[in-house]
Amino acid sequence: MAVIDIANPTRFLKLVNRLLPWLAAVTVLMFVYGLNGALHAPDDYQQGATVKIMFLHVPSAWLGMFAWGVMSVAALGTLVWRHPLADVAAKAAAPIGAAFTFLCLVTGSLWGRPMWGTYWVWDARLTSVLVLFLLYLGVLALYWTAEDPGRGARAAAILTLVGAVNIPIIKFSVDWWNTLHQPASVFRMGGSTIDPSILHPLFAMAIAFTLLFVTLHLAAMRNEILRRRVRAMRLMQAQGAVA
Amino acid sequence: MNAFTALLIRDVKLAVRVGGGALMGALFFLIVVVMAPFAVGPDLKLLALIGPALMWLGALLASLLALDRLFATDHEDGSLDLIRTGDIPLELAVAAKAIAHWFTTCLPLVVIAPLLGLMLNVEPRALGWVTLTLLAGTPALTFIGLIGAALAVALRRGGLLLAVLVLPLTIPVLIFGVAAANAAIAGPAPFGPPFTILCALSLASSVLGPVAAAAALRHAME
Repeated sequence: MAVIDIANPTRFLKLVNRLLPWLAAVTVLMFVYGLNGALHAPDDYQQGATVKIMFLHVPSAWLGMFAWGVMSVAALGTLVWRHPLADVAAKAAAPIGAAFTFLCLVTGSLWGRPMWGTYWVWDARLTSVLVLFLLYLGVLALYWTAEDPGRGARAAAILTLVGAVNIPIIKFSVDWWNTLHQPASVFRMGGSTIDPSILHPLFAMAIAFTLLFVTLHLAAMRNEILRRRVRAMRLMQAQGAVA
Repeated sequence: MNAFTALLIRDVKLAVRVGGGALMGALFFLIVVVMAPFAVGPDLKLLALIGPALMWLGALLASLLALDRLFATDHEDGSLDLIRTGDIPLELAVAAKAIAHWFTTCLPLVVIAPLLGLMLNVEPRALGWVTLTLLAGTPALTFIGLIGAALAVALRRGGLLLAVLVLPLTIPVLIFGVAAANAAIAGPAPFGPPFTILCALSLASSVLGPVAAAAALRHAME
């Protein structure tokens, strides 16, 4: 069976049904490992135990941007390659990415109150992530108001590609502008500036979050395929009733 | 006369006729600016501080509300299909419609902007510069709004959805427009850099907007 055979929705569903329990199990295990590492990580010399919000906040931010990347690739799949499952993948990823971005904004806000003295500030990083959240809502709005799933998917694909310009802006916002949000300390020239005792649990949590995204995404794709089948069957039933 | 010019003139003529809604944008701009002192109070110093921002917000909302009718009427009576299958590339046709839209909706905004600036206690010597920022920035608003209008054309009840789609993309235009206007009024920060970036945004969106909008129209109408 070649990789291309997965493009067939039935084969894809079979694969997902086989894969999903294992993925879910690995996700849970990774979360246990990551949270254990996070709980036992040392306190920051300045922030104390509050620094541990980072183990939720940073992976959420990474996954929020990663989900938009997945949606962008799926958008190319819809518009350029006409892959059968591309718009299913994009529609499934959108709510998950929006949830991660929202989680990032909320945890960041709760972290900012004790550390910066404010829940919110309009600096470049926070504003660009908020814009990402608004773009997610825009894509979701397109899916909700489109009557024909295919047409809504193509419109959402174009908006996804147009909004992809925001992702590098988010990443480099702390370099290009003077922000209250701290500059890059993990993915930067010259290597990370975080001590390994905190960096390793952070990466473990990031892997756990990514596995969570993959699990939820595949499950959501399965749901979307089944939803479309139900819709097609309802349409056939309605036509049959008329005939 | 080539097809591009013909389409442009057609759209301008349709917009200025009765029911075209050409000056509605300017009227809405006027009303929003008049509402502002009722909301924030008549303190002239405060109005002078936020004047350019209010003008830019008003211009943004006014140009946004008129985007609905950019493609809607053509879609309803089938002209959009004819334009799509016509001689000139869809990107150029869409650009012609956008330019006509700018002439009939945004140019009136720019014309009445000095008057509204006076009402908001913007310094008279800076009124010209603020109007210039609007003149340079409203094409960007039009071309970016074009993308939202094309995405929403095939969907009914597209009105507010359009605003949700377009507003995040117009944030840079708003930031640099107000920065340039404030620089012209308050002084120490130079006017040049934000103004040139504003012009750059307009020029870039004049290319990207029609391309994205044409792609959206092609895929939405399949």
